[in-house]
Amino acid sequence: MNAVLLSRIQFGLAAGVHFIFPPLTIGISLFVFLFEALYVKFNDETYKMISSFLVKILGVIFTLGVATGIVLEFSFGTNWAQYSRLVGDIFGAPLAAEGILAFFLESVFLGLLIFGRNKVSKKMYLLVSFLVFFGSHLSALWIIIANSWMQTPAGYAMAGNRAILTDFYAAVFNPSMLIRYFHTILACWITGSLFLAGISAWYLIKKRHNEIARALLKAAMIMFIFTAFAQFISGHASSVRVAKTQPEKMAAFEALWQTTPGAPLAVFGIPVESREKTYLNISIPKLLSLLIYFDSDATVTGLNEFAPSERPPVFAPFMSYHMMISLGSLFALAALIGAFLLIKKTIYTTKWFLTALIIMIPLPILANEFGWISAEIGRQPWAVYKVLKTADAVSIIVPAWQVLFSLIMFGIIFLLLLTIFIYLMTGLIKKGPAKNADGY
Amino acid sequence: MDSLYILQVIWYFIIGLFLAGYSILDGFDLGIGALFPMLAKSEDDKKKLFDIIWPFWDGNEVWLVTGGAALFAAFPYAYSTIFSGFYLAFMLVLFALIFRAVSIEFWYYDVKRRKFWVIAFIAGSIVPSLLYGVALGNVIIGIPLNNVMDFTGNFFTLLRPYPIVIGFLGLSAILLQGSSYAVLKLDGNLKERARSLKKNISVFFVIIFVLSIIITAIYIPSALSNRLYLVSIIAIIILWLLYWAYLSFKLNRDIIAFIISSFSFIGLWAVAGAIHFPLIVKSINDSALSITLSNASSSELTLKVMLGIALTGMPLVIFYTACVYRIFRTKADTTK
Repeated sequence: MNAVLLSRIQFGLAAGVHFIFPPLTIGISLFVFLFEALYVKFNDETYKMISSFLVKILGVIFTLGVATGIVLEFSFGTNWAQYSRLVGDIFGAPLAAEGILAFFLESVFLGLLIFGRNKVSKKMYLLVSFLVFFGSHLSALWIIIANSWMQTPAGYAMAGNRAILTDFYAAVFNPSMLIRYFHTILACWITGSLFLAGISAWYLIKKRHNEIARALLKAAMIMFIFTAFAQFISGHASSVRVAKTQPEKMAAFEALWQTTPGAPLAVFGIPVESREKTYLNISIPKLLSLLIYFDSDATVTGLNEFAPSERPPVFAPFMSYHMMISLGSLFALAALIGAFLLIKKTIYTTKWFLTALIIMIPLPILANEFGWISAEIGRQPWAVYKVLKTADAVSIIVPAWQVLFSLIMFGIIFLLLLTIFIYLMTGLIKKGPAKNADGY
Repeated sequence: MDSLYILQVIWYFIIGLFLAGYSILDGFDLGIGALFPMLAKSEDDKKKLFDIIWPFWDGNEVWLVTGGAALFAAFPYAYSTIFSGFYLAFMLVLFALIFRAVSIEFWYYDVKRRKFWVIAFIAGSIVPSLLYGVALGNVIIGIPLNNVMDFTGNFFTLLRPYPIVIGFLGLSAILLQGSSYAVLKLDGNLKERARSLKKNISVFFVIIFVLSIIITAIYIPSALSNRLYLVSIIAIIILWLLYWAYLSFKLNRDIIAFIISSFSFIGLWAVAGAIHFPLIVKSINDSALSITLSNASSSELTLKVMLGIALTGMPLVIFYTACVYRIFRTKADTTK
């Protein structure tokens, strides 16, 4: 147990726990805005009750996002001091921009959203809901800019072993940023819409809040259907971009041990790195080459092209990448069936599908985590691709025992928070939307 | 003077503004949290106290998040030295802030465990309120640094007399901010309790303030010939004398108390900036190893881009924050 490994585990744990909440915030804020817009347009109390209910849920989720997020921001300084010194010239700016332009916006107006409905006009409240929605999406943009710069750095020059900003626009619009932003936002919308679809499905099965549940289910399903299908296109585009900008990462995703013309797409397998072999492998020949290069005979780079010390681990990226895609495929299937049932208007009474929606609630959260595990472990051994290795990024002066202490503490604290979060969330959902729509 | 130096000075000042803004805003909800056991004598009292911070605490805490990010962006060498050097202290602050954040929200919904959430809220407020000043005191008096800007002391280095006094100075300023805000926003018995608490805290603050002047004169004798330092101290003293004169005429406008408390916080930051400029982290073992605004900063391009973002974004933030506070200005019915 050395400080590097412990710091990596700690950051992974904090980021993993944190990323349960922002996608829900981003996804739900969209629906709050939607239902407020419907309320202003049609003056139907049902929409107001849905929106107020969602705002209550949003408040709890947002707080946990804040509580876990501040750990990450401090971590760049506490555990990754060398990282901060060597790439902070570029990396620090998007974080500060996120704070100035997005965090303030969403946090300040969330206060008004939760407590201020009766203090402002309907139209003003709609604007407030838009600002929270906009702020959360802007926040996602800046952090994806920062993380994408770690994957495909641009707009910088090296001064010794320190990276210096040379072109802000190029650093922001680095080769992977836009694609990853859309991919992440779609993932957030899937997370939010399936969460709300699951909740409304539960109300319908329990025969409670029928009118509200129908309206919410319809909106959530429409959103889910579009985003689940769009995510396939976005996911494909993301994979192509990874193959072209981080070839060893794609090689790890597919456990492509050797450079191969007409490379197959691995559908299933258990890669064993020490043997450079994938057991129980099921692949579709030539499909990987076709998908990446639109040429089924094109050559895809294998892990053999890279020195062993510069290859990512294979097992974790391979498994999580395939789990993410499996879940995405499941969502597409659910979207297809849902679309069919929605058109036939039988979705509200199709018990097996409603039950499936409830069970599926945590699945987008899992898919999001698998996505990040693929992206971040697939980038190893680099903290910033081809610029700074993770092992060189850690705080040199923090002894391993201190990191172990903080890791254990965060583990206990996060476990406590998650337990209470689930308890409170189920309580809020069981209570359901109320007649009185203000404050707590 | 070259443009890089000008940008560095501007950013030194901006970081100070973020810290001052954070103190004034999150200062009042941290202060209320730290004073909770003395202010709240019933569940109803607790609800009323939460009512006056619920809409604001999250936006207030963003000043810390953004201030930290700004320090990272503008002076990454200082950010990394301070955060990694004071590792355990920062972890304690993080644990406290996590508990404070969730306790404020969970207290309402998790009725069975309210006692626990109140304790979490109080501890989560006192710990950072004390440790912020300790951190500041440490970078001002100086810490041992090596030639690659890393901290070479240990946890107990952080607990020397000077930083501890500054820690209590920060705590008392926060308690003052919290009690002034409580007096402003509350009614009835609770208001009177807050008012008498504020009087006691004022005395405590003055004592610690005088103590910090004395201890600064001992440990940083150069401060006594620093004009800005002397001006700021005198300004704070005049502010307080004016306030007592105002009070003694029994013109009790509560907003004035809150404004005075806020301004004296700004005064404290001016004092800190005056004696510390251009240092960010003083080296106590070798002054050549001190971390300054010159050797800790990002590149000129980064500082320039960041300045553009800050000059566009922060006035907007201040504007809409003021709007939201204005919307909530009536004392009654923050929640149902």
